[in-house]
Amino acid sequence: MNHHDIQLDKYGRLKHFLTIDGLDRSLLLDILNHAESFAGVGERAVKKVPLLRGKTIANLFFEPSTRTRTTFELAAKRLSADIINLNIASSATRKGESLLDTLRTLEAMHCDMFVVRHANSGAAHFIASQVAPHVSVINAGDGSHSHPTQAMLDMFTIRMHKKDFSSLRVAIVGDILHSRVARSEIHALSTLGVSEVRVIGPRTLIPKDIHTLGVHVFYDLIAGLEDVDVIVTLRLQRERMRSALLPSEQEYFNLYGLTETKLAAAKPDVIVMHPGPINRGVEIDSHVADGKRSVILQQVSHGIAVRMAIMAMTLGNLAESKPKESDAHSN
Amino acid sequence: MTQEINQWLVNMAGDLQDMIRNDPLMIGIHTGGVWVAERLHKLMNLNSPLGQLNIAFYRDDFSRIGVHPRVQPSNLPFEVEDRHIILVDDVLHTGRTIRAALNEIFDYGRPATVTLAVLIERSGRELPIRADVVGKSMTLNANEHVKLSGPEPLALVIKAAE
Repeated sequence: MNHHDIQLDKYGRLKHFLTIDGLDRSLLLDILNHAESFAGVGERAVKKVPLLRGKTIANLFFEPSTRTRTTFELAAKRLSADIINLNIASSATRKGESLLDTLRTLEAMHCDMFVVRHANSGAAHFIASQVAPHVSVINAGDGSHSHPTQAMLDMFTIRMHKKDFSSLRVAIVGDILHSRVARSEIHALSTLGVSEVRVIGPRTLIPKDIHTLGVHVFYDLIAGLEDVDVIVTLRLQRERMRSALLPSEQEYFNLYGLTETKLAAAKPDVIVMHPGPINRGVEIDSHVADGKRSVILQQVSHGIAVRMAIMAMTLGNLAESKPKESDAHSN
Repeated sequence: MTQEINQWLVNMAGDLQDMIRNDPLMIGIHTGGVWVAERLHKLMNLNSPLGQLNIAFYRDDFSRIGVHPRVQPSNLPFEVEDRHIILVDDVLHTGRTIRAALNEIFDYGRPATVTLAVLIERSGRELPIRADVVGKSMTLNANEHVKLSGPEPLALVIKAAE
């Protein structure tokens, strides 16, 4: 079986959420529309709806993360699910338990969903292929492969500001080579039909075959930013510096750091995004990060709504009945 | 048909006027209930904006049918705390929608009172819920459905389930 198919049930509905690759436009729009409905919940007196009451969700983080883990946790709580956080790096796997034994143990605790963050590409797929049929798996980032919920919250943020995808020019700046965000982002943007996706960065950090994804490559920041509507700045992973792919942080900032001056090349109403955590003075200047074009903090709130939508859709689709188009209304 | 519905609406507005004081807030339940509420809101000359409730996230059948396609978010452009609420729906049948709506309203705050107004009250209640103001009462078989179509004009469709 093609590993993309594993995400969908026999009616073509989302069962797991592992990668953007292979999902069609209408499904991505469904996620964005549902997220829009959930966005208001965070602004009410009681920031909770009872949709997933009685469901148990396990956050399985084999790699540390604060932002992604907490937004998944809040999303689950706002849907009234019970959520447990397993910091696997410091638990049973350290004692020699295999991944499959960990999974079986959690299944025995009647978990309905696993949210998985893992340093190895393909880890979430592997887990999805092994879980019991009543369990959904969501990929919260696997190696340098994909980070689909981050991509969807970015799409949500873009739609909020720009309405229509088809006319947009989007630039992704930084370490494309090691970035799971970049890969998911490119798939999502092209599926939603933006007019151009650009990747900008030093030669050492851009994969040679990236043009096969239909993107335009720029090695010069100012040239790449010309007339763009959206800029996605990626975090420069400092550990890369050690592997001699880059001379120094200062040098990187001089060439690829986003500053107000360089921003002038883009459209006047450009929005600046960043998946976080940001390195001020490395990939982005503080004036830009805190400036009026920055939507970085909105991305965080949108992350909760988008994750609520994906959790509700995948767990809802496990309901055995056939999808009903309309009128399930019973007054 | 439209004439008849308009007459029911006028009667409902009158009954509500007699019953409610103290600047009530009106909330319609998506979608048909909003259409009815829009008309009652106008007939009663209410000052406060009309609220809209979408109870999709509060339904009791999630484990059977999953999330509903394209849910318009609820929009209550006011504080419900200590206010008198008129809750409006098109058809009162099992009572489950109203149960869900009450739960949702209480997640926004604690209203002083909630009054239920429905255009059609039909047989088939499954919960101890009744309407305070009714446009028209109907006795239907369990396999029959009544549905309001709208928003312009409002009309009723009664059909046997397939």
